[in-house]
Amino acid sequence: MLEILHDLFSYTFIVRALIVGTLVSLCAALLGVSLVLKRYSMIGDGLSHVGFGALAVAVAFNWAPLPVAIPVVVVAAFLLLRLSENSKIKGDSAIALIASSSLAIGVTVISLASGQNVDVYSYMFGSILAMTESDVYVSIALSVVVLILFIVFYNKIFAVTFDENFAKATGTRANLYNMLIALLTAVTIVVGMRIMGTMLISSLIIFPALSAMRIFRQFRAVVIASAVISVVCFFIGLVVSYAFSTPTGASIVIVNLIMFLLCLSAGMIRKKVT
Amino acid sequence: MILSCHDVTVAYDSKIAVDHVSFEVNEGEYVCIVGENGSGKSTLLKSILKLVPLKCGSVTFGPEIQRKRLGYLPQQTNIQKDFPASVYEVVLSGCLNRRGLNPFYSKADKEQAMMHMERLGIGDFKKRSFSALSGGQQQRVLLARALCATDKLLLLDEPVTGLDPLVTEELYQLIEQLNKELGVTIIMVSHDISSSIQYADKILHINQSLLFYGDTKSYVTTELGKRFLKCS
Repeated sequence: MLEILHDLFSYTFIVRALIVGTLVSLCAALLGVSLVLKRYSMIGDGLSHVGFGALAVAVAFNWAPLPVAIPVVVVAAFLLLRLSENSKIKGDSAIALIASSSLAIGVTVISLASGQNVDVYSYMFGSILAMTESDVYVSIALSVVVLILFIVFYNKIFAVTFDENFAKATGTRANLYNMLIALLTAVTIVVGMRIMGTMLISSLIIFPALSAMRIFRQFRAVVIASAVISVVCFFIGLVVSYAFSTPTGASIVIVNLIMFLLCLSAGMIRKKVT
Repeated sequence: MILSCHDVTVAYDSKIAVDHVSFEVNEGEYVCIVGENGSGKSTLLKSILKLVPLKCGSVTFGPEIQRKRLGYLPQQTNIQKDFPASVYEVVLSGCLNRRGLNPFYSKADKEQAMMHMERLGIGDFKKRSFSALSGGQQQRVLLARALCATDKLLLLDEPVTGLDPLVTEELYQLIEQLNKELGVTIIMVSHDISSSIQYADKILHINQSLLFYGDTKSYVTTELGKRFLKCS
């Protein structure tokens, strides 16, 4: 075991993935609690597909991927938030529409530009090799900003998540904080989807929050547990993926699934006991 | 004068929900808003809270109240059944409106939250899960949160919906205490006309437009009041 860990840290690309992945897992888990409780889980899924389209276009034109993808996904996040607030247009179908369209555009652009040797598979399911050095710095900076904003606005995020009308009535600018949550989610998804892949990044947002909610009944406890679960699962998933040569993103999701099932049964046992 | 509504009109799409309603509420009064289902009671309350846009007219508060110093007890259905939050976290969130740019709660906020919890008899529930409480206990928690947000003006939207008679009575008495002992102005939307008459100083009867606004004593002598009392 120690040998595996020693090997693991001797590869620069794995250390990069570890740093970025840990930060992204942390951000995703914190935001995930709010998104799951606000019934916005699908927004994460929709945004990752938009991110895929943006990344594909960026690579096809040889642009730097993050500076292109982040603004596009942020705009999409605001759009999706508007759609889910507007009861006339059904938010869930709008998300499905935008998600599949972005995916289609991305795949088409990649196939047209296939002369440049682009691997669709690694976009879909993530690649641990995807991170360049400059990506790592951008990712670290973004994750730190997400973390700081989350901590500073923690109380407001709680109030807006728990009871938006009360927050609005007593003068908290709920729409502003909804947009902040969407913005932070967008950034987290774009940074994380390179490692986790388009199809799998949303699980990083949803799983830890759901797992933590099986066990804890306090908001703060859920947030902290969600962060810890997320980082631990990411690390275990990464080690497993290295040891057994399995795809990184998928391994992390499977570890998260196992953790969720454990928490689910722990929660059920506790309910029976009390 | 603590609240003044002038010519308030609210419309959903093209349907008028509240039609040119004007009234004033003085400090320390206990006002009940009554009317049939769908008569615009809740909408009127929401327009005071600026949760729905006004089509025309204006809502102004007295100098003792800035917009942020309002307490609001929403209908229970707004809050999710399985939300993970402790009683203390919920009550403390009422203090948010006076934090301003400072993102964290002060010691005074925490003391005040505890004080209101004690006052409403939920001090022992501090660490309990909000969603595991009974309906009456949840309403007390939300009332404590509203008191953290205000000591002047409390707006309540059908606070006793779904509560059993005993708990309903207790909640009404708590609200009366706040009104009489602390001098909190109460504006309550209610479908329970007999209790409204028992507790309120003033009745506001609305059916899109304003049908009656004045003392409870004179309300029960009007044709409108008699008819409405007989129906319910």
